[in-house]
Amino acid sequence: MAEAASSPKIPVTVLTGYLGAGKTTLLNRILSENHGKKYAVIVNEFGEIGIDNDLIIGADEEVFEMNNGCVCCTVRGDLVRIMEGLMKRKGKFDAIIVETTGLADPAPVAQTFFVDEDVQKNARLDAVVTVADAKWLSDRLKDAPEAKNQIAFADVIVLNKTDLVSKPELAEVEARIRGINPYAKLHRTERCKVALADVLERGAFDLDRILEIEPAFLEADDHDHDHDHHHHDHDHHHDHAHSHGGLKHYHDEDMQSLSLRSDKPLDPTKFMPWLQQLVASEGQKILRSKGILAFSDDDDRYVFQGVHMMLEGDHQRKWKDGEARESRVVFIGRELPEQMIRDGFASCIVT
Amino acid sequence: MKEFDPGESASIVSVTDKVRPLPLGAAVSSVHFLGDNACFVGAEEKIFVATPASEISPVEMHFGAVLCAASDGARIVTGGDDGKLVALNAKGETSVLATDAKRRWIDCVALHPDGAFAWSAGKTAFVRSGKAEEKSFDAPSTVGGLAFAPKGLRLAIAHYNGVTLWFPNMAAKPEFLEWAGSHLGVVFSPDNKFLVTAMHEPALHGWRLADNRHMRMSGYPARVRSLSWSAGGKGLATSGADTVIIWPFTSKDGPMGKEPAMLAPLQARVSAVACHPKQDIMAAGYSDGTVLMIRLDDGAEILVRRNKGAPVAALAWNAKGTLLAFADEEGDGGLLEL
Repeated sequence: MAEAASSPKIPVTVLTGYLGAGKTTLLNRILSENHGKKYAVIVNEFGEIGIDNDLIIGADEEVFEMNNGCVCCTVRGDLVRIMEGLMKRKGKFDAIIVETTGLADPAPVAQTFFVDEDVQKNARLDAVVTVADAKWLSDRLKDAPEAKNQIAFADVIVLNKTDLVSKPELAEVEARIRGINPYAKLHRTERCKVALADVLERGAFDLDRILEIEPAFLEADDHDHDHDHHHHDHDHHHDHAHSHGGLKHYHDEDMQSLSLRSDKPLDPTKFMPWLQQLVASEGQKILRSKGILAFSDDDDRYVFQGVHMMLEGDHQRKWKDGEARESRVVFIGRELPEQMIRDGFASCIVT
Repeated sequence: MKEFDPGESASIVSVTDKVRPLPLGAAVSSVHFLGDNACFVGAEEKIFVATPASEISPVEMHFGAVLCAASDGARIVTGGDDGKLVALNAKGETSVLATDAKRRWIDCVALHPDGAFAWSAGKTAFVRSGKAEEKSFDAPSTVGGLAFAPKGLRLAIAHYNGVTLWFPNMAAKPEFLEWAGSHLGVVFSPDNKFLVTAMHEPALHGWRLADNRHMRMSGYPARVRSLSWSAGGKGLATSGADTVIIWPFTSKDGPMGKEPAMLAPLQARVSAVACHPKQDIMAAGYSDGTVLMIRLDDGAEILVRRNKGAPVAALAWNAKGTLLAFADEEGDGGLLEL
């Protein structure tokens, strides 16, 4: 029993991306690499794509609304069933990869891991990885709301087929991605050639790992350096350095991110009700939310994250001596009521 | 915190010393009796057949997970993630009843007393009865549960947003009972008057079949995974709360407008229920490993297994009601002879 209770939850990676972006290529790359791990793979087009794996399960992407009066509380019913079946084979695999269709909204998959008690008991959502086509993404962002959703929702973006575009085109598509989601880790690839450590075991939904919620391009130096080692991609470095000087900035008209910060403590009796009220009323617009909070009269950092109306949060650890007690909150969403959110946040600051 | 410690409490009768231990050595999900043999359905591959003398022999059923199981007392039929539907009879013989053409998972199975059987893979429910050829029905979404009506060849198919009632041997259009949400299990009352589903959210939903009137049975802290009709169909005992919840079905309105009985509260959730086939007693297993026998009229309890180990996953009486078998999720089982 003690063993079972402490057995780690199985990580689940959600693989999204618009049609033709290269999801199957990435999936096959993950499966074929010599990592000694076994994956259970849940795909949507069973038998129609060549995937070489022992445990492969066809899913129907059946989304249903929870009976709790919340219209954006949708879960993947098929996933609940498949997870239950897979858990009978615990020990036969190390991790699960869920591939969604090109037109899928990642939210119901993520929400399944928030609301289903049985799923939650055995598995944890690791990250939403979105594969994007460098050549066509800019067009899809204009005509396909699904593509925009997938970018906004992502923890990791694999910008694929970079060999098919020029450097200015690449800078353009990256700027469009950053205009929607500046927080995801972005990797430029050809044929989805990305280090597995960059897409798996990210812990993006792990409250303990919500350490940095800075826009990813601000950390680019460090990140970039790291990557040169595995990829021998000199263009990459050059490109990035260049973008530091004159990064194009796009403001996407309907999907944005909003970042709030305060170096004065927040009043927990005001902030928590405000946040709950905000996601209850605006949850359909808010795709993702994350925060690190410094409350008044509290020596612990409080962290939270959410998907639409669902939130989870906890005290994380003590603030360290000398650490700036700063609160930071990030929302990514569609037509976010920016002024209302800013005013609400400001009203929770202890003056 | 109130600990359940019968060792120092005189208020509960214990029969724990009469239980014959059955170390099954593998995870199990249910138990069914074939005669006096307790057949524990493993989470993977096997059924473990335990004789009254506590001899355990494994029987190979599937190459992979065993996803569902049903028994009519003469045989146990299981569906696997190998796409097969396999039967085990009382002699210990197995036979493959069906193989899915696309090797899809067999998610649900149901048996009819006259030998007909039904199973489902994805959205499709199949029925085979007697010499008649196999028939199939495509539900609007994945099938969550199957149950045969006690009379006639009528199959209830639970899915999203309701239940379809299908007469496989009749041309009539299937009847659809609508209720929003995901329905994961389905049972008919033994008198054929009511249909009850276990939903994805912690609630049951019911219909009175004469007029399709709705019955909402909610208030559970967790999903209801185990249902059992008491002797004569007087009540429906359920898991999902920290007490056994028993909905009354004695009147023509079923549980409508009535409070359920709440028996045997513990500091743990009820994970499995099994009513005695003849008398007004039942057994309940809990998430902390406790197994109790409970008298339905006054809630008097007898301890069968102490609170140890994993949640109780399997619980069943033999047809005569003289043997009670149980096992926890990790395969620590026991057999009690009354």
